[in-house]
Amino acid sequence: MAAESGKIDPMHQFAIEPLFGTDHLALGGYNIAFTNSALWMVITAVVLWIFVAGGMKRQLVPGRWQMAVEFFTGFINKLMMENVGAAGKKYVPYVFSIFMFILMANLLGLLPIGLFGLHPFTFTSHFTVTGVLAIMSFSIVLIVGFWKHGLHFFSLFVPHGTPLPMIPVIFPIELVSFLVRPFSLGLRLFVAMTAGHVLLKVLAGFVINSTNAGLGYGALVGIPSFTLMIGISALEMLVACIQAYVFALLTSLYINDAEHLH
Amino acid sequence: MPQIAQLAATYSSQIFWLLLTFGFVFFVIGLGMVPKVQSTVDARDAKIAEDLATAKASFARADELEEQNRARDAEARASAQAIVAAAKAKAAKDAEKKVAAEDKKIAAKLAEAEAAIAAASAKALAEIEAVSAEAAQDMVARISGVSITPDAAKTAVKAALNG
Repeated sequence: MAAESGKIDPMHQFAIEPLFGTDHLALGGYNIAFTNSALWMVITAVVLWIFVAGGMKRQLVPGRWQMAVEFFTGFINKLMMENVGAAGKKYVPYVFSIFMFILMANLLGLLPIGLFGLHPFTFTSHFTVTGVLAIMSFSIVLIVGFWKHGLHFFSLFVPHGTPLPMIPVIFPIELVSFLVRPFSLGLRLFVAMTAGHVLLKVLAGFVINSTNAGLGYGALVGIPSFTLMIGISALEMLVACIQAYVFALLTSLYINDAEHLH
Repeated sequence: MPQIAQLAATYSSQIFWLLLTFGFVFFVIGLGMVPKVQSTVDARDAKIAEDLATAKASFARADELEEQNRARDAEARASAQAIVAAAKAKAAKDAEKKVAAEDKKIAAKLAEAEAAIAAASAKALAEIEAVSAEAAQDMVARISGVSITPDAAKTAVKAALNG
């Protein structure tokens, strides 16, 4: 028994499995199987839709639900106004979408529905997903930047007051730091989500394995591990919110660069 | 690590379903619903600002009315005081005039009376002179037997009376 439960694999929770026999569903030669990951994307989108739709009563005196939705739109609106200014207003739908989508995905992935034999899946712990989200944000920055400023956009890589002989050195450094942005944006979210879930799963493995090894081990190792899991679960919820916020915040800062250069 | 181990097999499905679901989120929720929610918030903010402005204007209007009332009140009081003062002044003037007229009348009467007294005393004095002259004439005639003329007697009496 102990040998069996010793096989608990903390990485198994990230495994992608096609569902409903769609293994070979393809589009233009590319596999587009409806996986557990895709299922949770759909769940996230639907839950988000229900959440926002519940706040669409448009009452003069808002109820609790409408207040909650207006809090989030107001939060993103304030974020854009503070970081980009009046020009940031037109990006609110995009930043709101990306913030709420990531937030919902992070939080839904933490649901303790394993208790009912279901497996929550956090698709933001896959860099294929966070990478695409980061590339989308970065593309908007590039498109807006070149659309608004043309080739003058490259002046972003030469900070004000740079002495002329320093430009050949500064320019590549700034260019690289700019090009690293989509990677750091995508990896940050992926790493934070993966690490948290691995940690929780490892501790859960401690609880199960120690309890299986005997009551004494269970009391000695299992109980402290379980206590720690409770604390880390709370921390993970905080991380889920913070990572969504960081993604939205950095997106808004990069958009500010594109809108106003420096 | 399934993220890397399954990369080749699953990347297309991941990207496809992500674009599909995020596309739904962006176009339906982000572009379709968020502006409506925001317009509700904006409308509410505008309404609150408008109500506050109205309240402020009403307050200002009330203050203005109160000020006007107060000014009118002060004006009315001032005019009332002016009327009272004018009436008082007129009454005082009338009284003065009447007193002066009475004074004049009294003075005239006084002068008349004084004149009458003076006339009476002059007349009396003249009568005393005449009587004294006659008496003096008689006394002279009885004592000395010399008869003097009335004129001489009169002159002598006058000289004696007036020192």
